Amino acid sequence: MVIGKVIGNLWATRKDEKLHGLKLLVVQHTDLQEQLKSSYVVAVDAVGAGVGDLVMVTTGSSARQSELTAGKPVDAVISGIIDRIDVGQ
Amino acid sequence: MEMGRVIGSLTATQKDGQLEGLVLRLLQPVDADDCPVGEIVVATDSIGADEGQLVFYVTAYEAVIPLRKQPALTDATIIGIIDSMNIPSDGN
Repeated sequence: MVIGKVIGNLWATRKDEKLHGLKLLVVQHTDLQEQLKSSYVVAVDAVGAGVGDLVMVTTGSSARQSELTAGKPVDAVISGIIDRIDVGQ
Repeated sequence: MEMGRVIGSLTATQKDGQLEGLVLRLLQPVDADDCPVGEIVVATDSIGADEGQLVFYVTAYEAVIPLRKQPALTDATIIGIIDSMNIPSDGN
């Protein structure tokens, strides 16, 4: 998984019908010190994340490994809200 | 599969229920000379690797195969702790 910060919501009235009912968030990748990187991803929220949350994003075909996203055109899902990062000295 | 060094761990109380009880490890991918390459990866740990250990991990859709609870929202899972490697420098 990759780490990122939720920087915003995304709404799309006209979208693939299979996406209806899914909450879409804009996530900007960060490093371990929460410094923002230049890359973004639009991710389905599966855990109740909100703007400002540091999150873990599952990408690729693994993003369909949940009841919420099975069989849907989704390749990025917020799979966890990060409480703490511990990096060894 | 790819090689990585376990550099830490990550705690996420609010997460995909299927990941409950699994340790989330932070990996620095490395090459055959143990030099860091690429971005940090968060991986589920199905075998109990420790910090500092050199491991190899499976990515993408297959990452869920080692896990008891499936499906699960993981795209990287540690599947082995490397004891040693033998990579002759002259390529034979």
